[in-house]
Amino acid sequence: MPASPAIKVERLVKVYKQFPAVDGVSFSIAPGSITGLLGGNGAGKTTTIATIMGLITPTSGRVTVLGAEMPRERYRVLHRMNFESPYVEMPMRLTIRQNLTVFGMLYGVAGLADRIEQLGAALDLTDLLDRPTGKLSAGQKTRVSLAKSLINSPELLLLDEPTASLDPDTADWVRARLQRYCRDHHATVLLASHNMAEVERMCERVIIMKQGRIEDDDTPARLLARYGRRTLEEVFLDVARRRDEEREAAL
Amino acid sequence: MNARTQSAVAFSPRRIAAMILRYWYLLRSSWPRLVELIYWPTVQMITWGFLQLYVMQNGGLFARAAGTFIGAVLLWDILFRGQLGFSISFLEEMWSRNIGNLMMSPLRPFEFVTALMVMSVVRLLIGAVPVTLLAIVFFGFNLYGLGLALVAFFINLMLTSWAVGIFVSGLVLRNGLGAENFAWSIMFLFMPLTCVYYPVTTLPVWLQPAAWVLPPTYVFEGMRALLIEHTFRPELMLYALALNAVFFAGGLFGFLRLLQSARRHGSLMQTGE
Repeated sequence: MPASPAIKVERLVKVYKQFPAVDGVSFSIAPGSITGLLGGNGAGKTTTIATIMGLITPTSGRVTVLGAEMPRERYRVLHRMNFESPYVEMPMRLTIRQNLTVFGMLYGVAGLADRIEQLGAALDLTDLLDRPTGKLSAGQKTRVSLAKSLINSPELLLLDEPTASLDPDTADWVRARLQRYCRDHHATVLLASHNMAEVERMCERVIIMKQGRIEDDDTPARLLARYGRRTLEEVFLDVARRRDEEREAAL
Repeated sequence: MNARTQSAVAFSPRRIAAMILRYWYLLRSSWPRLVELIYWPTVQMITWGFLQLYVMQNGGLFARAAGTFIGAVLLWDILFRGQLGFSISFLEEMWSRNIGNLMMSPLRPFEFVTALMVMSVVRLLIGAVPVTLLAIVFFGFNLYGLGLALVAFFINLMLTSWAVGIFVSGLVLRNGLGAENFAWSIMFLFMPLTCVYYPVTTLPVWLQPAAWVLPPTYVFEGMRALLIEHTFRPELMLYALALNAVFFAGGLFGFLRLLQSARRHGSLMQTGE
């Protein structure tokens, strides 16, 4: 019997005033998989992820996460998931260790002191643990946010542009650690990104969104083959421009 | 009780402790925050203390009211600083853009509110205790001389301050930092109507019913009865407690509805202005 999906989104609609930010989106994500959510600005990626996290109530449709309907049953599963997003930050005046202590307690992490040391070592933060978060570089802050998102060893990880402010070397290093974490913990990841190379490298499946809808959904290899392109970036541009051309043709 | 209500009211002392620890770390890391807690209450107390000295020296009619000015200002500070302590701790999450992290964590709204209530008491004590001691040194006014009545006054004022703080936090969650000014100013709406410095009978007759629906009015009347007539009026405290129960329930209800509305409108992801 196939395992039930880690995330199931059914006919999700989110309308702000008259504007549909997400317009009838449906997809399922298998446990232990890494899925990329691609789309330009205003495509509906962040709204979709926020709805999956239970931060937004859908206008209609249904979102189920680890078997719990969101946002109604969110407290059944929030301790089993975590996220990282540029829309939120860690308190600046607290040291990394203090921040991780607070979030570890919120998530009910056992053996918290050891877990913090472990994450410090894994994310190369050991020497910085007692430094205020506000005094770190952008790259170091991103690693702290990642440490927070891994504090409870989540089964489901939602990542919104996790390497956006990192130099290529650090970004590559972070990706490698994320992949290792997913492999070791059989964790499910939904990754929203503008970085096509990142998605191509990390994800076994790509969902492309545009104007609140899913434009395409397949493995990177099949998308490349179907569009006859060499990179996902070229595929993304094809998808992004297709509807514009259709609109122009209709006019 | 349905599943949703159950989960919203489930309590974890560890999560509450985590939030208290978070605010304690913050206070400890910032001496301007600590100084601010003491600075304004001291300035207020000294200003009103000298005014009281002047009135006592020059107005025989007012001499009987000895102590009411400083008493009023200290009790007003409990009400005002209690609400501010609650609201500022909440605003710290908005200013640091941490609210999304908390809302996405297993922290329940009731646990969050409880931690904010505890912190409002902690912040108030850090500011108020030195100021009450200074009032003894400078003006010979011993607030602790009110005895058990002070406990009744304190509980009632804190309950009102929490009720207002909870509601204002809901407004900020729903409307973003554009609603921050309510946190600083809303309590001043109470000032004229709760009759901090004068008896309720001073108000026009048509306005007096409005004063009597506010719990702090009973506290300030009770304080004057104690200081001027040397009579403790427990019935005033009971009325205040009953009204506070209504205010507190209203504040919580408003907060939960505004949180629900924030989820509907996507405000939890956009906490700016």
